[in-house]
Amino acid sequence: MDHKLPPYATTGQRIWFYGFRVLCGLIFFFLMAPILTIIPLSFNAEDFFTFTPGMLAFEPEAYSLKHYVDFFTNPDWQQALRNSVLIAPMATLLAVSLGTLAAIGLSQSHVPFKGTIMAIMISPMIVPLIISAAGMYFFYSRVGLQGTYWGVVLAHAALGIPFVIITVTATLVGFDRSLTRAAASLGANPVTTFFRIQMPLILPGVISGGLFAFITSFDEVVVVIFVGSAGQQTLPWQMFTGLREQISPTILAVATILVVISILLLSVVEILRRRSERLRGMSPG
Amino acid sequence: MTDAATGNIGRAAADARRAEAEQTGPVMAADGRPLKQSLNRALRAQKLRALALIAPLLLFLLVTFVAPIFDMLFRSVENQITSETLPRTVVALEDWDAQDLPSQDTFAALAYDFMEAAERRIHTRLGSRLNYETTGISSTFRRSGRGIDDLGETQAEQFIDLNPQWEDPAAWVALMAAPDWIAAQADWAARADAADAADRPFDEAEPAFRLAGGIAATLPETADAYRSFATTIQQEDEDSPTAEEPWNTVYLALYRDLLRQPAATIAAYDGPQAALVQEAAGVAAGFEATDLPAFFIDMDDGWGDLKTWETIQTFSDPYTAGYFLAALDLQLTPQGIEMQPEEQQIYLMLFWRTIVLSLTIMGLCVLLGYPIAYLLSNLPMRTSNLLLILVLLPFWTSLLVRTSAWKVLLQQQGVINDTLVWLGLVADDARLALINNQVGTVIAMTHILLPFMILPLYSVMKTIPPSYVRAAKSLGATNSTAFWRVYFPQSVPGIGAGCILVFILSIGYYITPELVGGRTGIFISNRIAFHISDSLNWGLAAALGSILLILVLALYWLYDRLVGIDNVKLG
Amino acid sequence: MKLKNLMLMTTATALAAPAAMAQDMADSMTLVSWGGAYQTSQVRAYSDPYTAMNPDVEIVWDESSPEAVARLRAMEEAGNITWDLVDVVGADAIRLCDEGLAMEVDHDEILAPAPDGTSASDDFGDLIVSDCFIPQIVYSTTAAYRTGVEAWEGRTPESICAIFDTENFPGTRTLERRPINNMEWALLCDGVAMEDLYDVLETEEGIDRAFAMLDTIKEDTIWWSAAAEPPQLLADGEAVIGTSYNGRWFSAIEEQDQPIAMLWDAQVFDLDGWIIPEGLPEERLNRVLDFVSFATDTQRLADQAAYISYGPARASSAPLVGNHADLGIPMGPHMPTDPANSERTILFNYEWWADYRDDLDARFQAWLAR
Repeated sequence: MDHKLPPYATTGQRIWFYGFRVLCGLIFFFLMAPILTIIPLSFNAEDFFTFTPGMLAFEPEAYSLKHYVDFFTNPDWQQALRNSVLIAPMATLLAVSLGTLAAIGLSQSHVPFKGTIMAIMISPMIVPLIISAAGMYFFYSRVGLQGTYWGVVLAHAALGIPFVIITVTATLVGFDRSLTRAAASLGANPVTTFFRIQMPLILPGVISGGLFAFITSFDEVVVVIFVGSAGQQTLPWQMFTGLREQISPTILAVATILVVISILLLSVVEILRRRSERLRGMSPG
Repeated sequence: MTDAATGNIGRAAADARRAEAEQTGPVMAADGRPLKQSLNRALRAQKLRALALIAPLLLFLLVTFVAPIFDMLFRSVENQITSETLPRTVVALEDWDAQDLPSQDTFAALAYDFMEAAERRIHTRLGSRLNYETTGISSTFRRSGRGIDDLGETQAEQFIDLNPQWEDPAAWVALMAAPDWIAAQADWAARADAADAADRPFDEAEPAFRLAGGIAATLPETADAYRSFATTIQQEDEDSPTAEEPWNTVYLALYRDLLRQPAATIAAYDGPQAALVQEAAGVAAGFEATDLPAFFIDMDDGWGDLKTWETIQTFSDPYTAGYFLAALDLQLTPQGIEMQPEEQQIYLMLFWRTIVLSLTIMGLCVLLGYPIAYLLSNLPMRTSNLLLILVLLPFWTSLLVRTSAWKVLLQQQGVINDTLVWLGLVADDARLALINNQVGTVIAMTHILLPFMILPLYSVMKTIPPSYVRAAKSLGATNSTAFWRVYFPQSVPGIGAGCILVFILSIGYYITPELVGGRTGIFISNRIAFHISDSLNWGLAAALGSILLILVLALYWLYDRLVGIDNVKLG
Repeated sequence: MKLKNLMLMTTATALAAPAAMAQDMADSMTLVSWGGAYQTSQVRAYSDPYTAMNPDVEIVWDESSPEAVARLRAMEEAGNITWDLVDVVGADAIRLCDEGLAMEVDHDEILAPAPDGTSASDDFGDLIVSDCFIPQIVYSTTAAYRTGVEAWEGRTPESICAIFDTENFPGTRTLERRPINNMEWALLCDGVAMEDLYDVLETEEGIDRAFAMLDTIKEDTIWWSAAAEPPQLLADGEAVIGTSYNGRWFSAIEEQDQPIAMLWDAQVFDLDGWIIPEGLPEERLNRVLDFVSFATDTQRLADQAAYISYGPARASSAPLVGNHADLGIPMGPHMPTDPANSERTILFNYEWWADYRDDLDARFQAWLAR
């Protein structure tokens, strides 16, 4: 089906055309409904999880920022936020630095056991989290990493690595080798070539891989519950406890904040993708 | 740098091959070596460089991720606990035929094992382990742990009545310990006293107990029981054998030795305390005996039950398939492998349910994802990019956020039910049960996994040239024929990739079923988590995890074959 | 003498005469508890006053008590005990003590005597269910229902059996996702006498009877795993009757003013208290013993009752129980041990459940999943 209805379309085609669009609209609504629901609820003036009659009547007093205030003043949530902010960047740094090196290595033309190596590196994304969590729980306990900051960081870095590998490898596949050859033939030494030519070109892939790794750690709850202890209680963990224990709308306020962060990160990725395409578009061949 | 080199070498290699074909003599590189050799070296160096770049990450993953997984696999078959906790009993049971209760000797072995295990407080761990196989063993072990130190008291009293020396720790040490240990211990004690007198800290441990050379030949069980006593109190309580009266089981061992060893062996003993031993040997036959099986059965009936012994015998190997069998609703009995009693069968059903629900979710994802992907790939770039954000935003939103949103939406007093009641579609007292059951799990997980279906589908559909469908239509195909015969077959690889991805992610889900699944909507993962943190049956958790892992890896392999892991795209 | 006892002795002496000698004590401590209102009550009654007295001590709270046994086992395997004091229920204390994961203590040596000089072990009496267990509170698992349910037409539940009476009290129930307590209530409501409960439950027919009874409400029940869920479910109207800990109900009814009422009938008494993990280094042990002695004295246990409606474990604390710290209402009538509330109670049988827990749990979970 084309995106415009031709003027000669039959009634059947017309019904089909509009019916299909309505169907797609409903599916998009299904995709967005949960996000659209929690944002207004997070401004609920009462400690309930449902829309109050006042909210439906758009009475100003039915709305309040008190759950946001609670998030920013409650020590538990603040500690959780601090933990998340301490853990995610460190895990991202590890995943990105190791992952980028390995992706460059994998993009070389003669790599022995490339398939096996690739399979191992992608596996943290494939192996069910509960299994990774269980294995790490037992193993990290044995070596004394369970319940430590570094235990959680290492675990999260491992989970983030597939994303870095995938995105960086993807940019390297589209990488035009003649650029580095040109740099070399113009007298640049290999190090200069890497930092001046290759790095700027794969940087968008590195950054978006890093963002994925970051969000993986920032959003991860299963592994941290098993590998971490009270000292590493992160935001998602606190939310998980909250959902099972006291269901307070503060969770919805946190959720809204996280959605806003997602939108920001998503915009960054989109901008990077465009920039990457533009840069590649400039390269000859 | 590397790429420039690669390119040059690649081209050079091709040139060289051509050159080689034309000329007969070896071609020389600029440095005068044969070109072939030089090229091979360059290739090797290149491989090494690539590996050097990959190695740090590979090592990192091996340690932080692969090793834990293997550790878990190992745990699912590991069973050293029986032979470590009851070493003598396991040996004694090797030839037991499971017809009658084991012999007095086996009970004696159990007595020595159990005494040490109880002192080390590890007997209940074995009890819990064996209780997974046969109910009631846990309590048998726990109760026996409380009564075991009375076993041999009768003998102890009689020996002490005979000669009070038997009560003296020093007399026992003189009889049992190696002379050089006695000297080393005395030296250690002197240093401890000196430190104490000078108010200095002294944290050196007492030298580890060593048995005298000849005693085991004369009094084998006593020597064994005494060594068990001495090392246990040294390690567990930081006590010294020189200051503690032996356990009653040591007296029991002594009594048994004196009765069972040939009189000549005892008479021939001329080591330290020979007179004491020979005095006792003369009268031990007249001592009051203890019926060991009766004593144990008196502590707990379980010891009179052949099933208890069979279980110990069956699970005495250091490795066991027991957990894997349990994970498949089977059990290992002395008669072989049998099904679990019906009211305890749960895992096959849970695996089956996990697969069925995952297939349902996968199917729904295809149904909902296909139209969206189709629409996106047929709209102009600008519009489709905008709509794509509606797909990516949920994808990028925290899993917990989305799950909690579904909780809000699906509750009986939640948004959906409220809306339905308001619209008059549902009566207020007949609100739909959309959460805490399979419906909740399926709805929430379909939503969460839908982007994983749309994105691969979209990337495949974008590559299908619209001209094919147009060509079909111009040749007279109807819209539906053109779609089903021309467009759809070309989109099948996208469906395959999306399906496998969604299915793989779905069968391992834990958080969402836990929060919205209730009683019937939970997956096998929830059971694994339960066994890790609640029931503490880690072996079973590991076995269930291993089976799930094998399932996922098989699918992963299939995905790699069909799609190629290099082709996974994100966003 | 055993070194450990020696250490305990010296510590006890030091506690008896605080000025006598300066002990080496760690300056931070990780306490493990259950989170929620209960942990808050411990913070306010025990740890806040303690840090006020010892300003340089940092107390970290960990909400891992539900997984305490698993975590302690893992820590012991790793040889790295990161917790200093763990709040567990009586049954877990027995399990931890049996497995050698908790330290055996001499209650009279490490705990303060009652103000009238009664020794700690006499003051706590039978509540010391294990050599490792330092009791804090008596709590109960009990039922509560939503008030003003229209479908009930003015009837109010009088007995626990209202849970099984879907005819007179229709609506969703909420019960714990484990066999403990549920099996007892099911049999009780099937006509078994209170004193015969465990004898009947020990037989195959008894178990079948209990499951048959539970079958009648299986489809109408939300099975909870965290004790905070039932008050939430009742407050939201998602369920109309259910069971949880009495303190959780108290908090929903009195503090949050929800339309819920208590049903004390056939409440099950249970204990909660501290255990000290086995194998703590000396400095940390000294700090923990110092804290425990303070936090379990007569006054502190009575103070805790000002924040949550659990009965103090010491006999000598009972007369000191006063009013709720924030609401100002007398706490006595909200204690599970109050005579008006404890007309019919089930005594949780630790021994019995220790034996049958694994087996019944497997059956229960299989039953539940089907």
